[in-house]
Amino acid sequence: MHRIKTMALGVSSAALLTGMAATGAQAEELTLCWAAWDPANALVELSKDFTAESGIGMKFEFVPWTNYADRFLNELNSKGQLCDLIIGDSQWIGGSAENGHYVKLNDFFDKEGISMDDFVPATVVGYSEWPKNSPNYWALPAMGDVVGWTYRRDWFEKPELQAEFKEKFGRDLAPPTTFEELRQIGEFFQKREIDGKTVYGASIYTERGSEGITMGAMDVLYSFGFKYENPDQPYDMEGFVNSEDSVKGLEFYKALYDCCTPPGSSNSYMGEGIDAFKSGQVAMHMNFAFTWPGLYKDEAVGGDKVGFFVNPKGPGGDQYAQLGGQGISVVSYSQHQEAALKYIKWFADKDVQAKWWSLGGYSCLKAVVEDPGFPASQPYAQTFLDSMAIVKDFWAEPSYASLLQASQKRFHDYVVAGNGTAKEALDNLVKDWTEVFEDDGKL
Amino acid sequence: MTDSQSSVLDRTAERLAAATPVPLARKVRGLSDKGLAWLFITPTMLLLLAINIFPLIWAIYLSFTNYRANRPNEIVKNVGLSNYQRILGDQDIWIAMQATAHFVFWTIALQTLIGFTLAYLIDRKFRGHAFWTTVILVPMMLSPAVVGNFWRFLYQPQIGLFAYAVSFFTGISPTEIEMLSNVHLAPWAIIIVDTWMWTPYVMLICLAGLRSIPDYIYEAAEVDRASHWRQLWSITLPMALPFIMLAVLFRGIENFKMFDMVNLLTGGGPGSTTEVASITLKREAFEKWRTGYSSAFAIILFVAVFGLANIYVKVLNRVKNR
Repeated sequence: MHRIKTMALGVSSAALLTGMAATGAQAEELTLCWAAWDPANALVELSKDFTAESGIGMKFEFVPWTNYADRFLNELNSKGQLCDLIIGDSQWIGGSAENGHYVKLNDFFDKEGISMDDFVPATVVGYSEWPKNSPNYWALPAMGDVVGWTYRRDWFEKPELQAEFKEKFGRDLAPPTTFEELRQIGEFFQKREIDGKTVYGASIYTERGSEGITMGAMDVLYSFGFKYENPDQPYDMEGFVNSEDSVKGLEFYKALYDCCTPPGSSNSYMGEGIDAFKSGQVAMHMNFAFTWPGLYKDEAVGGDKVGFFVNPKGPGGDQYAQLGGQGISVVSYSQHQEAALKYIKWFADKDVQAKWWSLGGYSCLKAVVEDPGFPASQPYAQTFLDSMAIVKDFWAEPSYASLLQASQKRFHDYVVAGNGTAKEALDNLVKDWTEVFEDDGKL
Repeated sequence: MTDSQSSVLDRTAERLAAATPVPLARKVRGLSDKGLAWLFITPTMLLLLAINIFPLIWAIYLSFTNYRANRPNEIVKNVGLSNYQRILGDQDIWIAMQATAHFVFWTIALQTLIGFTLAYLIDRKFRGHAFWTTVILVPMMLSPAVVGNFWRFLYQPQIGLFAYAVSFFTGISPTEIEMLSNVHLAPWAIIIVDTWMWTPYVMLICLAGLRSIPDYIYEAAEVDRASHWRQLWSITLPMALPFIMLAVLFRGIENFKMFDMVNLLTGGGPGSTTEVASITLKREAFEKWRTGYSSAFAIILFVAVFGLANIYVKVLNRVKNR
């Protein structure tokens, strides 16, 4: 009987120890939250190296873009512990820093010798700093991204189309360098028969629900002279947001929507744009750079059939592009912050960043993107570099969501629904944004 | 029942009572009918309080504050009636209310008209009427998410069947029939889908009303040589009216808070053309994170629906008692 009791005790102890060991192993597992898209798959592949090196397991929580902000901002606001690491959108940085969602990384960077000088400056300002242009870091630049354009190189190279275009416009049919040229090319292709199919000029962002039309319109407005505020007086927007140049920019975006997009493009964002390009509907396609590797690999429209170009210049010669992309942060409610910081340290390594680029991610590390071999490493690498050099970003204030919803409404009302004038839309936008900043006590 | 049977039952009851543990029996015996009723309804009451009444009271409290759910560390200030004043003076809110009223009016009008007509036809009990009833009911059984998504494809101007069908009858190019992108067509696109989906529901209620009319009234009308139109006008419609009004009430409340279909089909666009009140509310609450403001808006909507529904129910009762 005594032996049976001893055995039972032994079995129970073993079970308990096994359970504890399992709990211990679970503690060494990190959950990384991000959007569900191609670069996320590349990150899963890349992170296998981290697990092999550190023994820390990686779990991933990927949410489609349409629900990405809702899902993860809810998670952060409710102080949830789902995510140990989060690759949050660039506009979240202000709110996440001020509301204590992210761990401040300055001390960690100093201790581990990670310098923000080693990263592309625009990505540091865009993804890591809050307040902007101050050395307060809340994320490590993880995925560089910017709005640019792809075009159907095979259509542009058709001799009969080249001849017709030259006769009409007196120049070669080539990727546009100004927005006016872009509109002309869009009009040239609109409702044209190519290979027995009716095709259209361009796919642009018009989505209403999240951030689509704002990203698209801003991508154009910057180069026309739009400014968020008076450079000498923060939050003074009158005459900057609704300047004459801004009005012209918004009018241009509406003209582009009216003249050159496929039918039914009133709610189009990244996914719809990819579909329009891949299905051979459009000659040009506005989208973030993350889409380029996938489009280049596409059997129907990729390879030699696709080309890439930087956002064109505005009428005054200014040239800017809308910043996308994200930094990676440690969530302050995580129970595994030490392990999460280990991941950040590993991710900042030059070799890891080089592999990140080779797998389809967009590294922000200077050592990778300034490598002499980088421009030739992929057909879109040079366009990416050139685009990243001219980026501007939307407000990253804690109230960015309210600011964004206001611009979504005003832009969609004017561009897609055709209500009112561009001047009225921008005047109303100034009113909306002023109200938001007044509520925040900043005005 | 014989005396012997009765005495057997009495003895059985006594035996069962004796077998019941004394404290429990005493406890149950000590409960009045009222006490027992409370015992049964208390769990439900508690549940209702927790999931309905408390959130309502909490929302009323929040509506007087500047609380934002995305700023947990910020001090919550009492702003008095400021949220209510801003909402009632906000032009965009009134545009959303107009869009809601347009949607509610036309969906109810069409669903009632078509629903009653279908019910009237089905009530004729022609051959195969049971089969057709089932077929007509199918749309109502589908998930709104499924309906929204497949109608989005049907409306697609380049590949959608709807555009091709309209093109076939009108000669207009299908690519020009932009049901969801055109400011003038988008509200009707949603009305068409809602009518397609929920007319069967109205039909069912109307059918119940028609079947409740006794045959002898029609027989008396036949004897008096009343025409079919006269019978419809003087017997069918007045007697089915409470049912029709009930259907209108249900659909009115549902469509006043319509969200899923609009969100799936247009997301409130193009521009703000189809932005009904619930879409605006969602944007304020979960995109702009103005929790206090959106609570005030929700309370205004609640009071509006509750008030209108109460007035309507009183009218309905009067019609029933006529």
